Amino acid sequence: MKDTPMTNAKISAKGVDVHYADTHAIKDVNVEIADKTVTAFIGPSGCGKSTFLRCINRMNDTIDSCRVTGDIRIDGEDIYDAKVDPVQLRAKVGMVFQKPNPFPKSIYDNVAYGPKIHGLARNKAELDEIVEKSLRKAALWNEAKDRLLSPGTGLSGGQQQRLCIARAIATAPEVLLMDEPCSALDPIATAQVEELIDELQKSFCVVIVTHSMQQAARVSQKTAFFHLGSLVEYDDTDKIFTNPEDPRTESYISGRIG
Amino acid sequence: MSVSLILALGLAVLGYVIAPRRALAVAGGDARTLAALPRQYGLNALLAVLVPSFAILIAGTLAGAGAYLGWTILVVAVVGFAGSLFKITPDYRARTHAENWIKLILIAASVVAILTTVGIVFSMLFEARNFFSQYDWKDFFLSAEWSPNFRGNSSLGILPLLWGTLYISFIALVFAVPIGLFAAIYLSEYASRRMRSVTKPAIEILAGIPTIVYGLFALVTVGPFLRDYFAAPMGFGGSASSVMTAGLVMGVMLIPFVSSLSDDIINAVPQTMRDGSLALGATKSETIRQVVIPAALPGIVGATLLAASRAIGETMIVVLGAGAAARLSLNPFEAMTTVTVKIVSQLTGDTDFASPETLVAFALGMTLFVITLCLNVLALLIVRKYREQYE
Amino acid sequence: MTHKSLLTADARIKKRNAAEARFKAYGLGAIIIAMLALSLLLTSVVSTGSSAFKQTYATVSVPLTEAKLDKSGTRDLAVMKKVTTIGYTSLLRDGMVAAVEELGLDTTLSAKDIGGMLSKEAAATVRNRVLANPDIVGTSVMFKLLTNGRIDGYFKGRVTMESAALDGNTSPEELQLAQELADAGVIATTFNWAFLTAPDASDQRPEAAGLGVAILGSLYMMIIVLVLALPIGVAASIYLEEFAPKNRWTDVIEVNISNLAAVPSIVYGILGLAIFINFMEFNQSSPMVGGLVLTLMTLPTIIISTRASLKSVPPSIRDAALGVGASKMQSVFHHVLPLAAPGILTGTIIGLAQALGETAPLLLIGMVAFVREYPAAYTADAGLFGEASTALPVQVFNWTQRADPGFVERASGAIITLLIFLLIMNAIAIFLRRKFERRW
Repeated sequence: MKDTPMTNAKISAKGVDVHYADTHAIKDVNVEIADKTVTAFIGPSGCGKSTFLRCINRMNDTIDSCRVTGDIRIDGEDIYDAKVDPVQLRAKVGMVFQKPNPFPKSIYDNVAYGPKIHGLARNKAELDEIVEKSLRKAALWNEAKDRLLSPGTGLSGGQQQRLCIARAIATAPEVLLMDEPCSALDPIATAQVEELIDELQKSFCVVIVTHSMQQAARVSQKTAFFHLGSLVEYDDTDKIFTNPEDPRTESYISGRIG
Repeated sequence: MSVSLILALGLAVLGYVIAPRRALAVAGGDARTLAALPRQYGLNALLAVLVPSFAILIAGTLAGAGAYLGWTILVVAVVGFAGSLFKITPDYRARTHAENWIKLILIAASVVAILTTVGIVFSMLFEARNFFSQYDWKDFFLSAEWSPNFRGNSSLGILPLLWGTLYISFIALVFAVPIGLFAAIYLSEYASRRMRSVTKPAIEILAGIPTIVYGLFALVTVGPFLRDYFAAPMGFGGSASSVMTAGLVMGVMLIPFVSSLSDDIINAVPQTMRDGSLALGATKSETIRQVVIPAALPGIVGATLLAASRAIGETMIVVLGAGAAARLSLNPFEAMTTVTVKIVSQLTGDTDFASPETLVAFALGMTLFVITLCLNVLALLIVRKYREQYE
Repeated sequence: MTHKSLLTADARIKKRNAAEARFKAYGLGAIIIAMLALSLLLTSVVSTGSSAFKQTYATVSVPLTEAKLDKSGTRDLAVMKKVTTIGYTSLLRDGMVAAVEELGLDTTLSAKDIGGMLSKEAAATVRNRVLANPDIVGTSVMFKLLTNGRIDGYFKGRVTMESAALDGNTSPEELQLAQELADAGVIATTFNWAFLTAPDASDQRPEAAGLGVAILGSLYMMIIVLVLALPIGVAASIYLEEFAPKNRWTDVIEVNISNLAAVPSIVYGILGLAIFINFMEFNQSSPMVGGLVLTLMTLPTIIISTRASLKSVPPSIRDAALGVGASKMQSVFHHVLPLAAPGILTGTIIGLAQALGETAPLLLIGMVAFVREYPAAYTADAGLFGEASTALPVQVFNWTQRADPGFVERASGAIITLLIFLLIMNAIAIFLRRKFERRW
């Protein structure tokens, strides 16, 4: 590939700015995210971490007033290039949302939805296999295998979120974006999902937004601290939590701002 | 009677003026020692006269009691007047009592809605019973022949009328539901803000146009057009009034109805559901077809039922566009008639009110009422259930 | 796993995007059909109806011969009234013929045909003027008189030389003469105020038919609806929204109200006929019965919109009032109701607009009757709003049932009038909403 940056980063962002109608939500963010790691975005509410996350799979396109400038590349390809179809991009970059949002369909159909629209399975047997594999990867297979045809909305909150994760990985993405995936869950369900994230890191490039610093410390290798729309500090998680360079990062992790 | 009404009114005003003074006098001139503001004593006196008198007046008129009504009103008014004045003490909670009277008025107002339904049911039951005492119910519900004859001995079978009604409603729905639904989808999912701000009110204009206008449109424009360009050249007949004419025009009338209901329903599907689908790499239309519409389906079914009930009960469009001939035919370019058309024609002629030819209108009305009621209740239940799901 | 570039769309994506474009086109198509239907509807009505607002008149001098109109010469009204409109027709004919001769126009038409170019209504116009002012008998007076429907239609483009050749009621010669008279300024087309003020006219004279009685009747009914439906609707909504306990009984009322809103309007007509006319013996065709029926019909609409506006007042307002020791009733009447008032008013106007256009129930309570007398708001005989009347939408229906094609124009004209009233009402509602709308 021609203008691939010299790093081996999966995702690289340069000079990214995001404007909503008249607010400047993201200011000149530069970041490189490595494959097969978990990267956490932390920061106080409204700091832009979710907005930036949604730039990576162009979910911001669905908001009329949102304007993204700058350069975001995945595998060296500019995802905001006019030739890129966001539909194709999103098959490659999966996303899990804050609140579990299973479709009002059966568990099976929830997981099979992505593979079906992307035509990933040639027949029913292959589809069954994808569904099973995804549910296994999402650590939901044992709980769900006997009720694949019952509605996904009937599951508990934690199970619903794992179903959404299974749904996301069923399309065989390379990047998995998670927008505060545990904020609507109780501690036990949170622990299960965190464990799962640890597992997912082996096969995906995982980016997780969280407002829980403990969670970031638990699950991630790299952490980026956002404040007022700027990326303040980006480094190894251990470094951020033990010896941050920027005073703002320090105040945040010690609980003085946010 | 009007004399006692005026007297009651006078007593009420008198009470309103006197009661505050009396309350002040009882309190020794210091309003602060009273349990309520002086004017609330006045209000209580006013209402204590007016509310019971009006209650008697309305009840009496409805029951048809004439002779003693005036006296009863007067007695009730005097009792209310005296009672409210004699009860005044510094501890008398005039505000609470006045508010209880007001609450009574509010309750009475909400009972009007119930009374309307009762009135509808009774008026039709009563006259329909008269009809069925003169005409066999089996012939009415099961006969396929409708030929009223004002010299008596008519055939009054409802089937051809029901057929016309359902056929026209069917055409109207086939036209209106897809268009209304697609319009709603386009406006809520695709259209730019600017386009929405122009198109939405324009579609709402269609909803505000009285049905007589649609009727005239069918009669003057659509009917002749269909006859000259479709029915006649294709050999389907030469009638401007036809099932197709009425059905199409009714379809136009229903478009805004379907689209605004669908719009509400589609918007009730949470955005997170759409995001979930889009994030999986679904296109907008895939999201709409496979996630939004299945999620909104119960609501859309409910809206369709409501639209069907409207179509079945619609009168002016079919009176002017469908024709008057009771006929069981499949040809959509033929004139047919409906239940509502016959209600109008049987009740607007100069006929004997006790004859079955006239009374049949009440039996038709009752059938219509029952059908639409069932559809409405069903639709309401479905829509209600649907809304609860996302609340 | 194979690496697919994002920059090149594969065949499947292309197919899916084509499906997307198709789906979007269906949506756009639906919108276009709806817009097309709306514009077709409006142009159809306006193009057939706008000519009702113009009317062709002939200004001629009519000799009011004493020998014909007042043989006794006493100007005694009782005697003069014995001369019917037929007696006046010959005078009008003389007037028309004189006008034609004076201009030196050449025509093969008989005197009777020339006289027939005037409306049958013209004789009544002259007679009324004479009876109002008997002193003009014996002189020649200039009158502005209606021409007949065919001549009127000719100047509006509805009647052509070709259609006149096939028409038993007129002839190309008549139209030719009318054209010459128009060139000479005797016949002219002017704005038709009479359409808005005159009463209905009989089958043979569409040119004289007006909306006066219908507008008055509709106005009376709107007054009744406003006076009854607004307070009852608001009171019922306050009870249901603010006071009613949530139990089976109020649930029944609630379901009942949403059902009433969806009951076919014709059913309300049956109710009116059975209860108000047959049982309570109100006058048939009277605005009172019509108003009551429309009130019952409008009530659910008003209740639903009023409840919505009450609901939109945030509970914090109620809490604040209760917090300073106001009673529940005071918090509602002093705080909630004033804040909800704009919404209630808007809903009421929309309900009124609906009632104004409603036709079917009014047919059943006899408002289709042919009424030429302006109904009085109160008479000792008929009581309040008890005199027979008709209403705007019913007048439209009435005219569509007449044979003369001139009435189609009248019906469409009446619809334009009706739509203008509705437009004004809705504009007021929108204005109120914009002006007082509050976002919490």
